[in-house]
Amino acid sequence: MAMILNEEQNMLRDSARDFVSDKGPVSAFRKIRDEENADGFDKALWTEMAELGWAGVIIPEEFGGADFGFQGLGVVLEETGRTLLPSPLVSTIVLGSSALMLGGSDEQKSTFLPAIAEGKCLLALAAEEGAHHAPYGVETTATADGDGWVLNGNKCQVLDGHVANQLIVSARTSGKGTDRDGISLFVVAADSDGVEIEALSMVDNRNASNVKFGNVRLDAGDLLGTQDKGADILDAVLDRGRIALAAEMLGAAQQVFEFTLEYLKERHQFGQPIGTFQALQHRAVKMFGELEICNSVVMEALTAVDEGRDDMPAMASFAKAKVGDAMHLISSEGVQMHGGIGMTDEHDSGLYLKRARVAEHTFGSSAWHRDRFATLSGY
Amino acid sequence: MTDQEQFRQETRDWLEKNCPASMREPMSENEIVWGGRNAQFPNPDSKIWLERMSARGWTAPVWPTEYGGGGLSKDQNMILQSELKRINARPALFSFGLWMLGPALLEFASEEQKLKFLPQIVRGEIRWCQGYSEPGAGSDLAGLQTRAVPDGDDYVINGQKVWTSYADQADWIFCLVRTDTSVKHEGISFILFDMETEGVETRPIKLISGSSPFCETFFRDVRVPQSHLVGKLNAGWTIAKRLLQHERTSISNFGAVTGSEPVPLEFVARNYVGTNDDGKLADASLRERIVTHRMEDLGFQLTLKRVALEATQGSGPSAASSLFKSYGAKINQDRCELTVEAMGAQGLGWSGDSFSEDEIAATRQWLRSKGNSIEGGTSEINTNVVAKQVLGLRDHQ
Ligand SMILES: Cc1cc2nc3c(=O)[nH]c(=O)nc-3n(C[C@H](O)[C@H](O)[C@H](O)COP(=O)(O)OP(=O)(O)OC[C@H]3O[C@@H](n4cnc5c(N)ncnc54)[C@H](O)[C@@H]3O)c2cc1C
Repeated sequence: MAMILNEEQNMLRDSARDFVSDKGPVSAFRKIRDEENADGFDKALWTEMAELGWAGVIIPEEFGGADFGFQGLGVVLEETGRTLLPSPLVSTIVLGSSALMLGGSDEQKSTFLPAIAEGKCLLALAAEEGAHHAPYGVETTATADGDGWVLNGNKCQVLDGHVANQLIVSARTSGKGTDRDGISLFVVAADSDGVEIEALSMVDNRNASNVKFGNVRLDAGDLLGTQDKGADILDAVLDRGRIALAAEMLGAAQQVFEFTLEYLKERHQFGQPIGTFQALQHRAVKMFGELEICNSVVMEALTAVDEGRDDMPAMASFAKAKVGDAMHLISSEGVQMHGGIGMTDEHDSGLYLKRARVAEHTFGSSAWHRDRFATLSGY
Repeated sequence: MTDQEQFRQETRDWLEKNCPASMREPMSENEIVWGGRNAQFPNPDSKIWLERMSARGWTAPVWPTEYGGGGLSKDQNMILQSELKRINARPALFSFGLWMLGPALLEFASEEQKLKFLPQIVRGEIRWCQGYSEPGAGSDLAGLQTRAVPDGDDYVINGQKVWTSYADQADWIFCLVRTDTSVKHEGISFILFDMETEGVETRPIKLISGSSPFCETFFRDVRVPQSHLVGKLNAGWTIAKRLLQHERTSISNFGAVTGSEPVPLEFVARNYVGTNDDGKLADASLRERIVTHRMEDLGFQLTLKRVALEATQGSGPSAASSLFKSYGAKINQDRCELTVEAMGAQGLGWSGDSFSEDEIAATRQWLRSKGNSIEGGTSEINTNVVAKQVLGLRDHQ
């Protein structure tokens, strides 16, 4: 079990930290937000991140990646989480490239993976259809037509949907309702006829879109993986997404904790630092303890992906729920412990609170994952 | 083969040969071996197991061999522990000497004291108790009043301790005494003496769980040779605090060591509340709280592992051990509460044939677990310690 970073990962962390604090501090995120950048992220910076090997961090070397695995990816995501730096890391790299690596044909892999690793191809996963996470609740249909399909339906909460070049879409090819069987995955070019993408404005200012598919024609070669068995890939992809997001949330929560702890030492009331008040001390210790636990959980979950362990799905739910709860607590305390200033747009606390709630919701809330964890554990 | 692989192989072979089969079974509380002059071995194999383990110094694997320890490196000890765990071996010896006093003696005692006391601890020959708390000095331990006054080559000790765990069964006590009344922390010394010395009296106290594991302990003109003082005169507080860190580490590891969960909580719950058609526990609220508890426990176990790994690269118990003690306490308490809740009325029996042995045990354990957040420093006090020492937050003025 790799619960401590090795030398290579430590170096990656240091360089990620330097890069992010230099080029992607919170002010960079504010700039994107305030300038209403239609891309929702800094494209030039993404090119630089790709040059550092981040776009290919989990992609095998044969496809032009750096092959650092999820533990390497986790290190990078924690750092970008710290400064709320938006990038297509989760949508394109974690979800998109994982889907291709897990389910793609040789042709699909060699077409897309090298371009992804270069930072030149962006992907998005179009799986959700309602306000609550329900990966098997698929009403979008792909109907056989000649040797291809016709795709119809509506997807929502598609991360980075409006900037993506390719969409990975879940659609029903058989079955009904929330059947796990009968779901298939397709790779759909975003500029195909019949694809309509509407960018949403979310509270965390990250990219999400609604996507409509109206009689979109797909070729036989657009199927990703096996027909009707798409949920096998989808689950594995979502689990990777959950674990990656947990790493990003951990970084963000760590950051809130650190600047809040500083404030407890700096801000004086009643003639002394507010951090001398026991009511605040005990809550600070609670946050510290939860972060210690989350650290171990995230490390273990990332390792579970790299080792291809059977308990990876359980670890994904564990990590998403545990870090989600910690992030919820810490992002709320971050506002409260700053008092009035914490309520201002000028202060960073609110930015993390907003990001926290969206991230907690994405790929299933803590409650959703507790339910799944219990089911996976047999009770 | 690397040295480590070779050590693992040798350890595995030795354990295979020397760990009796019955020592690989889960153990109940009354089978614990505490050692001492009146050591009890309800299972004769446990005597053999203790003798074999202590002969190798493996009851205290990382203590130096000259004091009877195993002389293992931290890495080797990790291997030994994982091999013990692999065969579900019981700990050969439970002992305040091993967990608390020994590590403090290694750091602070004179050579003569180490040679005298440590090997006895390794072999489980002397059972120790901890004389810290007093009626007026609990959380504010440094307010202790038990006096030690020099008289010739001795100290004469007068005063009272309380909550002294197993004082009525212990052979010796490590005790905090006041040797200077003009100052608080700097007037405390750390001293060792035999509980058979004249003037020592113990009175067991009954707990809410019905058992009497701790005592009021009285000292009336107890004469103790000055050579039994550990460290410098009036410098006992440093030793006392250090020992508490070891105590907290051992308490937070306790559950992991005993594997103290005879039947997993979800099995208990399934038996008592049943399941729905989809296989989920019928009580949705209980199910949610069980899974939350499970995640807390799992996260805690992973963190203990991570910190142990980090410690192989650093040294000693960190201040975060105070935090882990509170977490361990809460997790054990939650487990006990949930077990009793799952059992319903069957978890609230006190005695009699209407309740199974397991049910009565669960009830008693639940009551006992309330002490987890009090013993060894309360969870509130531990939280204060972490706030100060780890987070750098200052005391309120
Ligand atoms: C099962 C068990 C075994 C024990 N074994 C031993 C033993 O072998 N040897 C020994 O010496 N002692 C032993 N103890 C005693 C134990 O160390 C004390 O009970 C403990 O330190 C608390 O002291 P107290 O009981 O005087 O409570 P108090 O100090 O009076 O505390 C009462 C309450 O006030 C809170 N409180 C006090 N000060 C603060 C503060 N500054 N901030 C916030 N909250 C505060 C406490 O957390 C607690 O909730 C044992 C206790 C138990 C329950």
